[in-house]
Amino acid sequence: MKVSLTVNGSAVERDVEPRTLLVHFLRDHLSLTGTNIGCDTSQCGACTVHLNGMAVKSCTTLAVQADGAEVTTIEGLAHNGQLHPMQQAFWDNHGLQCGYCTPGMIMAAVKLVENNPNITDDEIRHGLEGNICRCTGYQNIVKSVKSAAAAMGGD
Amino acid sequence: MGNYVGKSMKRVEDPRFIQGRGRYVANLQMPGMVHVAVKRSPHAHARINAIHTDEAKALPGVVAVYIGQELVDGGAGSLPCGFTPPGIKTPPHYPLAIDKVRHVGDGVAVVVAESAYIANDALDLIEVDYDPLPAVVNAKGAMDEGAPLVHDDVPNNLSFHWPLGDEEAVNTAFAEADHVVELDLINQRLIPNAMEPRACAAQWDSFMETMTVWTTSQNPHTIRLLLGAFTLGIPEHKLRVISPDVGGGFGSKIFHYPEEVIVPWVARAVNRPAKWVSTRSEAFMTDAHGRDHVTHCKLALKSDGTFTGLHVTTYANMGAYLSTFAPLIPTALYITLFSGLYKIPVIFGESYGTMTNTVPVDAYRGAGRPEASYMLERLVDIAALELEMDPLEIRRKNLIPADEFPYQTPVALVYDSGNYQGLLDKIESLSDYKGMRAEQAQARQNGRLVGVGMSSCIEASGPAPSAVAVGLGAAIGLYESGVIRVHPTGKITVLTGSHAHGQGHETTFAQIVADELGVPVEDVEIIHGDTERTPYGVGTYGSRSAAIGGSALVKSAEKIRDKITRIAAHQLEAAVEDMVYDRENGKVHVKGSPDQAKSFGELAFAVTTADNLPEGMEAGLEETSFYDPANFTFPNSAHIAQIEIDRDTGEVKIQKYAAVDDVGNVINPMIVDGQLVGGIAQGVGQALWENGVYDDNGQLLSGTMLDYAMPRADGFPTIATDRIETPSPHNPLGVKGAGEMGTIAGTATIANAVMDALAPLGIKHLDMPLTAEKLYNAIHAANGGGN
Repeated sequence: MKVSLTVNGSAVERDVEPRTLLVHFLRDHLSLTGTNIGCDTSQCGACTVHLNGMAVKSCTTLAVQADGAEVTTIEGLAHNGQLHPMQQAFWDNHGLQCGYCTPGMIMAAVKLVENNPNITDDEIRHGLEGNICRCTGYQNIVKSVKSAAAAMGGD
Repeated sequence: MGNYVGKSMKRVEDPRFIQGRGRYVANLQMPGMVHVAVKRSPHAHARINAIHTDEAKALPGVVAVYIGQELVDGGAGSLPCGFTPPGIKTPPHYPLAIDKVRHVGDGVAVVVAESAYIANDALDLIEVDYDPLPAVVNAKGAMDEGAPLVHDDVPNNLSFHWPLGDEEAVNTAFAEADHVVELDLINQRLIPNAMEPRACAAQWDSFMETMTVWTTSQNPHTIRLLLGAFTLGIPEHKLRVISPDVGGGFGSKIFHYPEEVIVPWVARAVNRPAKWVSTRSEAFMTDAHGRDHVTHCKLALKSDGTFTGLHVTTYANMGAYLSTFAPLIPTALYITLFSGLYKIPVIFGESYGTMTNTVPVDAYRGAGRPEASYMLERLVDIAALELEMDPLEIRRKNLIPADEFPYQTPVALVYDSGNYQGLLDKIESLSDYKGMRAEQAQARQNGRLVGVGMSSCIEASGPAPSAVAVGLGAAIGLYESGVIRVHPTGKITVLTGSHAHGQGHETTFAQIVADELGVPVEDVEIIHGDTERTPYGVGTYGSRSAAIGGSALVKSAEKIRDKITRIAAHQLEAAVEDMVYDRENGKVHVKGSPDQAKSFGELAFAVTTADNLPEGMEAGLEETSFYDPANFTFPNSAHIAQIEIDRDTGEVKIQKYAAVDDVGNVINPMIVDGQLVGGIAQGVGQALWENGVYDDNGQLLSGTMLDYAMPRADGFPTIATDRIETPSPHNPLGVKGAGEMGTIAGTATIANAVMDALAPLGIKHLDMPLTAEKLYNAIHAANGGGN
């Protein structure tokens, strides 16, 4: 069936099987391979994207559910060659090692901070429970998110 | 002191990852590409009577379906074991099971289809007629009389027995001991769960008869060697193996896996590019697992707490097949570490490697060394408890003194360097140990279960001197390669046999080369992970890359410096002995006359024009080195943590965690701290949450991330780190390896802290993971059923 949506600011329209997952739609139909798949039970959060302004796990969202929606992926986060403050903070604070969980982690963290500009360390740790990183032990991720929150306008 | 080494430079690899441009295997798209899916056994042990594939083949969009015998008939070979000590039994391991399946997840057939969705649909249409057989899952139980045989030609399911040390002397030490501490423990099975599931893609060029394989490997050259020599039947010079960005490995991506044979075999058979991407569920039942030991251990002591002997017997679960390096882990990487940081006059250890109907077990972050440290550090803590000594003091009392290095242990290894007293002094102050104990005393008065735990651990990293490794049974030498290619403009491409999958070599190796040659770090590009671009190398595991791969680059840089120094001397009409290589500014000048100089760029260009070189010198500026270490390096650590157990729920909260590590010289402190903290989280995961569980029928009960508890962000406090640096004398960088120390120490530290909290209840030992459920039940039982 036909789906029409806006991805990273551009209108796209494709014919897909109804069972097509949003993450496969993004990766295989639109070649937006920045969104990674880390599990098949919605546990790891590697596939997190923004759907109509909410952080969602695109491995448990059907492409047809995104019909008419606005989707932002990691590829659409930087603007005019300028990294989003969250991307910059992950780079500055060594918030990643292998990089595989990073796109999902960054997308989840952006919404976390947008919804809570003066977020505390504890709130960051709880807020990112749904995103698993096997490399960093989370310490520098928390540091990155905290520093991005400041750059994004929190106190 | 150079311009870059020792500095926390931001990573050059990060811009691609933070923008979603990681080059992972699963991202590959090729014109005409087919998708591969593997039909897997639901049984732990069963005879295969028949496999019916007609219906699957008839599904529109299915290109082909193959079974195991067809692969073998088409040249696929058994996956070899790369560590075979004398007497070991190595049963065959074909890419797909042929007569019997031996673990849940064992592959039986492969579907090739136009899309991944169709391939998965077709899997459901394959019907396999099985005769289920009784299964065996326990490392020790596998040797029981009458236990089902996993392989008919491996009697008692015993693949090998590996003893080390003077057992008679150890028995004497126990006979003469004032006090003996004895412990039965289980080091539970772990499932690595690198965040990127494995993937493999292949492209066959039928005109050139060459095969390109992309695979999520920590050591693409080893995979090419095994594919070429054993499993695929395509010679190495016709094979190219590429491991681009790899999303974490932790050991699980060292090994040669069936899919690395199946995918290129299929690509050739259907003459189209092919790709297989593991799901997480497949990863749980096919990626090599870690640990899984059943151990009986005992420590002999004098009444003053001095250690006098150690005796350890371990049953190590090898799973259904011997994975690439599996037998190495509970032997040469385990028993040789039994001395820890301590003087123990006599030690005996032995391991039985047994076959079971479970996923193969192989190296997982630390690989043998966490098991050794956990065993020893638990014994030491129980000894302290029984002798009523402070755990820190009993450790201090038994440390190898700083003036006794190099130190010969009773279990083969010679430790390079260390300052273990300094290490313990530093952790005592960093953690505010006395403060923690005071807080604990106060909390205990209020009936709270607060524990303070510590570990002081050793690691042998940087494997290994090739002569030692091969002498023990390894099939390959363990040096590393490094090429420095200087371009005419003075820009530099570095080719390394090491592989990065999170470690940041593109940054740290550039720091090393830039300092060695005195060039801007931006002028150095690191290439790794492609057998056609880099010279034969060994890859990355065992915390070996900086010590061995980095040292190969130091050697190549020396050769480059030597060559351009001779050119500078020739062109400046000075004696070579009178030249000075200024590594801070990238210049070669005459001693005492800094103005009589040639810059690195000028000299690089001079080698290219080649019109004014010393007599007999060849053009070109490219040097290759293979560095083979003289010994392992021995990172060491002391960690202390404070935890509290919630009496009502059994849940453990880590309140404070402090770590002091000696990883030798540090190239990039930010990256080293990142490795340590990440490692600690993984170690804590084993202590508190992670558990690979099979039922008696060999069904994997922890087969998804819903059932297998991965460490999450809310499980940790901010971890305090510090270090001491005693350079390793065995490599020119003085580095020791930072990849695994955190994992080794994290497990023992937290397990000891939890047991310390439970000590007032008379509970001496519980096996990991120390989950809320287990602790709640233990507390409940200790209170006579009340709470």
